[in-house]
Amino acid sequence: MILGTLTATPYLVLGAILFSAGMFGLLTRRNPLVMFMCVELMLNAVNLTFVALARELDDLGGQVAVFFVLVVAAAEVVVGLAIIVSIFRRRPSATADDLSLLKG
Amino acid sequence: METAVFVAGALVCLLGAFGLVTSENPVHAALSLVGTLIGIAVLFIAQDAEFLAAVQIIVYAGAIVVVFLFVIMLIGVETSEDLRVEPLAGQRAAAVVASLVLAVGLVGVFLLGEITGEPGAIAPHVEGEPNTEALGRVLFTDYLLAFEITSVLLVIGVVGAVTLARHRHAAMVDDDNPGDDIPAVVDQNEEEVAQ
Repeated sequence: MILGTLTATPYLVLGAILFSAGMFGLLTRRNPLVMFMCVELMLNAVNLTFVALARELDDLGGQVAVFFVLVVAAAEVVVGLAIIVSIFRRRPSATADDLSLLKG
Repeated sequence: METAVFVAGALVCLLGAFGLVTSENPVHAALSLVGTLIGIAVLFIAQDAEFLAAVQIIVYAGAIVVVFLFVIMLIGVETSEDLRVEPLAGQRAAAVVASLVLAVGLVGVFLLGEITGEPGAIAPHVEGEPNTEALGRVLFTDYLLAFEITSVLLVIGVVGAVTLARHRHAAMVDDDNPGDDIPAVVDQNEEEVAQ
C-alpha cells in the first residue's frame, strides 16, 4: 500500500454508481451495440468492487476473480458481437425493439 | 495523495459512463467507454493491482473496444438512434426509478454496512511479493483448474463466433452438414413486395 490513505468505501460507492449507470443505459438504449457496451460498464463496476475488497481484506482472491471476469467478458464480447453482426446482416438498422420474433 | 488519484479516476469514470449512456452515435459511446475503462485502470493502480491495470488497458481498452469499433464499421454508423423518441411510453421513467433504487440501495449498503469477510482467508498476501508474481502464484496453484477451464471457454468462444459470423449461403453448399439447414437470408423489402 504505497499510497494507502483511503478505505474501500469510496471505491465501492463509485462501483455502485457505475453499475447503476450501466443498468440505466441497458434499460433505455435501443442500439444493441450500445446496450452491449453498457453491459461491459456493469462488468467493470463489479471488477472495481472486487479489487477494492481484495485490498481491504488483504486477499488476492478478489483480484483472481477480476482476472476470470476479464476472460469471460472477452469470450462474451466475441460471441455477442457475432450474434449482433448476424442480426444486422439479416435486417440492417435494427434496434432492440425490432427483434420481437419471439414475442407471444 | 490517494484521494487525489481517486477523485481524478472517478471523474474520468463518471464522465465516460455519462457519455456512454447519452451519446447517440455508437462511435462516441465506444470512445466514452474507453474513458471509463482507463479511469478504472487508474483506480486499479491506486489499489495496488498493477497487473490487472495493465490487463485492463490491453484487453479491454485495446482489444474489446477495437472489436466494438470493427463491428460498428462493419454494420455502418448510420445506425445511430434518435434519443428524443421514446417508443415505449414510460420506459425511461421506469428505468430512472429502477436505477435510482439500485444505486441508493447499493450505496446505502456500502455506507451503512461493514465488511465482514475474514482478512486473507482465501489467498493471503505475502509480505513483499510483487503483485504480478503473487497473482501468478495464486493463479497457477489454487486456481489452476479454473484457469484451464477458461482456455476451453475461449476456444468455444472462437468457434462460436466463427460459426455465427460466417455467411450462411456459402455454408449451405455443404449438404452433408445438417447443422447448416438454416434458411438463406431473405431481403425484407422483397418479401414485402411479394406480399
